[in-house]
Amino acid sequence: MTVPNEAATSIRTPHLLIALKDATLSGFVAFGLFFFLIGLRSEQGSTGALEISTRFQTLALLVAAVFAGTFLRTLAFGRGPIPIAGAVPASVTDFLASAGRFAAPALLIFALLVPVLFYQNRYLLDLGILVLTYVMLGWGLNIVVGLAGLLDLGYVAFYAVGAYSYALLATHFQLSFWICLPLAGILAAFWGILLGFPVLRLRGDYLAIVTLAFGEIIRLVLLNWQSLTGGPNGISSIPRPSFFGLPFTEAEGSFASTFGLEYSATHRVVFLFYLILALALLTNWVTIRLRRLPIGRAWEAMREDEIACRSLGINTTTTKLTAFAIGAMFAGFAGSFFATRQGFISPESFTFGESALVLAIVVLGGMGSQLGVAIAALVMLGGFELFREFQLYRMLVFGGAMVLIMVWRPRGLVSTREPSLRLDDGKAAAQDAK
Amino acid sequence: MEYFVQQLIIGVTLGSIYGLIAIGYTMVYGIIGMINFAHGDVFMVGGFIALTAFLALLAIGVTSIPLALFLVLLIAMALTALYGWAVERIAYRPLRHSYRLAPLISAIGMSIILQNFVQIAQGARVKPLPPIITGGHRVMSSEGYDVDISNIQIIVVLTTLVLMLGFSWLVAKTRLGRDMRACEQDLKMASLLGVNIDRTISLTFVIGAALASVAGIMYLLYYGVIDFYIGFVAGVKAFTAAVLGGIGSLPGAMLGGLLIGLIETFWSAYFSIEYKDVAAFSILIVVLIFLPTGILGRPEVEKV
Repeated sequence: MTVPNEAATSIRTPHLLIALKDATLSGFVAFGLFFFLIGLRSEQGSTGALEISTRFQTLALLVAAVFAGTFLRTLAFGRGPIPIAGAVPASVTDFLASAGRFAAPALLIFALLVPVLFYQNRYLLDLGILVLTYVMLGWGLNIVVGLAGLLDLGYVAFYAVGAYSYALLATHFQLSFWICLPLAGILAAFWGILLGFPVLRLRGDYLAIVTLAFGEIIRLVLLNWQSLTGGPNGISSIPRPSFFGLPFTEAEGSFASTFGLEYSATHRVVFLFYLILALALLTNWVTIRLRRLPIGRAWEAMREDEIACRSLGINTTTTKLTAFAIGAMFAGFAGSFFATRQGFISPESFTFGESALVLAIVVLGGMGSQLGVAIAALVMLGGFELFREFQLYRMLVFGGAMVLIMVWRPRGLVSTREPSLRLDDGKAAAQDAK
Repeated sequence: MEYFVQQLIIGVTLGSIYGLIAIGYTMVYGIIGMINFAHGDVFMVGGFIALTAFLALLAIGVTSIPLALFLVLLIAMALTALYGWAVERIAYRPLRHSYRLAPLISAIGMSIILQNFVQIAQGARVKPLPPIITGGHRVMSSEGYDVDISNIQIIVVLTTLVLMLGFSWLVAKTRLGRDMRACEQDLKMASLLGVNIDRTISLTFVIGAALASVAGIMYLLYYGVIDFYIGFVAGVKAFTAAVLGGIGSLPGAMLGGLLIGLIETFWSAYFSIEYKDVAAFSILIVVLIFLPTGILGRPEVEKV
């Protein structure tokens, strides 16, 4: 009877030993990482000089947590990656795959119904508007990054151009939102072309740093050109949008009195909600249509192989410039919507963090997948709001989520992408050729 | 003339700090072709570790300043190197064979984590440290305008010079340097020839982080203030420096760092201080139009 027991322990012991060894190592690493940043804390004392205080209890707890975590992980899964794929049964994944086909229409219907369902809940409506703004920005950036494969780290610059265009045109020339909206889009597109020219010859990461620099230049100019933009104080009392000329006020000739409704501040919020929904859907529709046009094909071809693209006679200059211009145009639309919704803008709203957030939405959603971008925007901003009480920790969690999702699913949450042309399926190709 | 010389001294000091950070970007980019967005924050972490370590040493009774600074240097380099190692291990290694954008996003996530971690752990307020290294020398003086070079400026420039020489030697002459250069040329081939790729990449991160921590100490000693947000601005500037000099090239990183430091200083001295960053970024864009791979970068060979 002792023999099988011994065999069992001899198999088990190495596991335990390995786990113990790994856990001790991680414990030491955690101790090294946290000792000076968590174990000790410098604080300005009453004299103004820095004083040091200790928090060894927190440190010990954290190190113990890391030790226990590594120990259990190695014991359960060994040293390799955690097998998540096998953790979900096949029936569930099949169900999810079949449900995925209905996800887009279901989301759309839900989005259309949000103001009806949550009419009383002003907070949820505002959150919906915010999410839709980022969905629109994500879809716009998706044209540049997902379709054309140009890494843009300064996308927020065009958002800023759109917002300031509307704010300046509306406050100085009293132009209405509906005239400014296309103007802001056109101006942003011009800035897109302006940025596009110097970066035409650049590849990959040089492109990334130049777009990042461009975004910072725009923000710094907005911050310092006091006489035009008001500097850090921004521009306030930007006119609110009207319902095609009918303002949302209590006065005679307003939206409420024309339609014989009782005045309510919610009317404007609902109108803004449908406005941004329409703008976002416009972005989506244009993207889907463009993918079927020669220019969209050229974008995707350029993403896959630029040299092959050029040798097949595609003009990469115009292809890149149109991608930048169209992506920028939608950011410009979103920007002027942002300005009219907030009524106040300042350079604070257009930092690199925003660019990173939009890029994260595009990549985490699965590049090139329209549905994925929408879901990622919903999950990220929804999660952001959900943890509003944990102000201090939510950015930490947000960063952690970005890393974890990338490690777990590098291709994004929705990684299946509709191919624009199928070779193995005659029907799809034939449909395309029509 | 005197004013010019004074600005030159300031510019070179600032450029040295940028150059030290830029090395970390350029080495990592050279080997695995990714922008280590968290590197600027590793620099910031290095500064914070140095600050608390210095205060702790004073508190336990190490009163000799040179000894304390030496210990701080050792502690900060070692522990920041550990941060570099941990960042690579957690956020980049699992994504090594993924497509190009994946490690970039996880690097941005790591940068957010480090910034907010330090903000939570050490507070969001700016931490002032009274000047530790004081005194200086008068270089020249005429028409009532004095040109001074302070001891801390000399130390910053000298340390940078020594570290850069040492690092160049390491890359050129040692076994590790040879492995690094092999990995830079062809990762797969290097692994077939028996180079331990994981170890080489880890060590690149470790060395880059150690150099960044020295830059963090220099920053702390030179400016006397530190907060959790310095990593972003310094990181973007240092990355700009690396690209300007030609990413992947060591002398390029030093040259780019110096150039960015000088541009920034002279622009604020002679034009307007508000637009100094605009000037640095604009010059980057202009240089890249004419030299798409930076000043000292090798032209990329396009393979079909």
